[in-house]
Amino acid sequence: MTTRDYSMTGEDGRRAVEVGLAAAQWYHTDIPRKDMKELMKRSDGPAIRDTVILFACMIGFAAIGIALWPSWWSAPFWLAYGVLYGSAMDSRWHECGHGTAFRTRAYNDWLYQIASFCMVRNPVTWRWSHARHHTDTIIVGRDPEIVAMRPPALFRIVMNFFGIFDAWNGWARMLYNASGRIHPEEASYIPDHEQPKVIRVARIWVAIYAGVIALAVGMGSILPLMAIGLPRLYGAWHHVLTGVMQHAGLAENVTDHRLNSRTVYINPVSRFIYWNMNYHVEHHMFPMVPYHRLPALHAAIKHDLPAPNRSIREAYAEIIPVLRRQLAYEDYFLTRDLPATAKPYREEFHAAMPAE
Amino acid sequence: MSQWIDACGADEIDEEDLIRFDHKGRTFAIYHSPDGEFFCTDGLCTHEQVHLEDGLVMEYEIECPKHNATFDYRTGEALRAPACVNLNTYKVKVEGGRVWIEI
Repeated sequence: MTTRDYSMTGEDGRRAVEVGLAAAQWYHTDIPRKDMKELMKRSDGPAIRDTVILFACMIGFAAIGIALWPSWWSAPFWLAYGVLYGSAMDSRWHECGHGTAFRTRAYNDWLYQIASFCMVRNPVTWRWSHARHHTDTIIVGRDPEIVAMRPPALFRIVMNFFGIFDAWNGWARMLYNASGRIHPEEASYIPDHEQPKVIRVARIWVAIYAGVIALAVGMGSILPLMAIGLPRLYGAWHHVLTGVMQHAGLAENVTDHRLNSRTVYINPVSRFIYWNMNYHVEHHMFPMVPYHRLPALHAAIKHDLPAPNRSIREAYAEIIPVLRRQLAYEDYFLTRDLPATAKPYREEFHAAMPAE
Repeated sequence: MSQWIDACGADEIDEEDLIRFDHKGRTFAIYHSPDGEFFCTDGLCTHEQVHLEDGLVMEYEIECPKHNATFDYRTGEALRAPACVNLNTYKVKVEGGRVWIEI
């Protein structure tokens, strides 16, 4: 059984570079250029509509939560606000980081900054980390965003439904960066000239949090923190629920997103919160396609993909037994069958993968 | 010593689009702008050497298909991270319905 080193500075990362798994050529389903141009086309309309709805709901839920505070009747409104702050902002961070949500670059940048703050992800650091996630998706030692490592840290994943590790790590890293330091792992993927920006943003965030905490102390109430900061904990569950589905239980160290990513059909409310990232194979194969065109992209290429899971429940029914088995045997993973209309998986990488 | 090379027909590139052109081990991207002009840059994104041929042309910008790095293809200027290094650009002329690049 293989022991894996997921750190960005370890042996597995070095070996991935050596054998050509880093920055490799990935499989893409064939789509005529004309159709692809249509799918990639940008517009501001859908994201402006969704952003107005998002912020209107956040303001409305928070206003009712504040009005009813400290009664328990305020709880449902805080929970709804929290999901929008601690989960919907994850997908906004993601899409605006790619620059695909809006056609206007400034709109992407504004929402990206707000969403990064809500998710406690330094906007500079995480732009580079996510670029690496797309270059080397689930390549051990290269991808800094692998959620379900092997053996899976199930306690950590469950705790992250309440933001316990991710958010606290985010705040700890914010303080670390604000002190003028860049972690060696960050330095492995952030260019030197970008690193001062990491420190500048961290210091601005520390000032904002200091203001909120001072207000809370002055009021003798946690109410200001219910609006800013704590929703990253009590509203995190939805983004973890959907995020775990993206790659968990699937192959590592392959260059075909059909082997390491998962598409799941989910309900319309979750799709709004998640901004269609349930079409995850499609997103990784063609990251230029905006979230609002992913259903159309899915329709165009599903003949070449494994059948999607039909619900969140069905996806977890597939994932949980695999993760449990990986606790004892970490080389185990799931390979989904392709439809008869699909091009086969790349055999050269099948041969290199551990046997099930 | 640079020389003019016949790269493609002007009608082979849609407006607001690009094609790939390979020559003697080098690879280029040739663009047709919305106002009918032609431009040429290196073919590979300066971030991670992904070919720009599958990228998205919007007005005067080319967006890399892998990480959404963006360049002004008229000047080669890198406009959006993760690209930090400009693209090289090459002179272009159109003669007799053919696009020529000076490389």
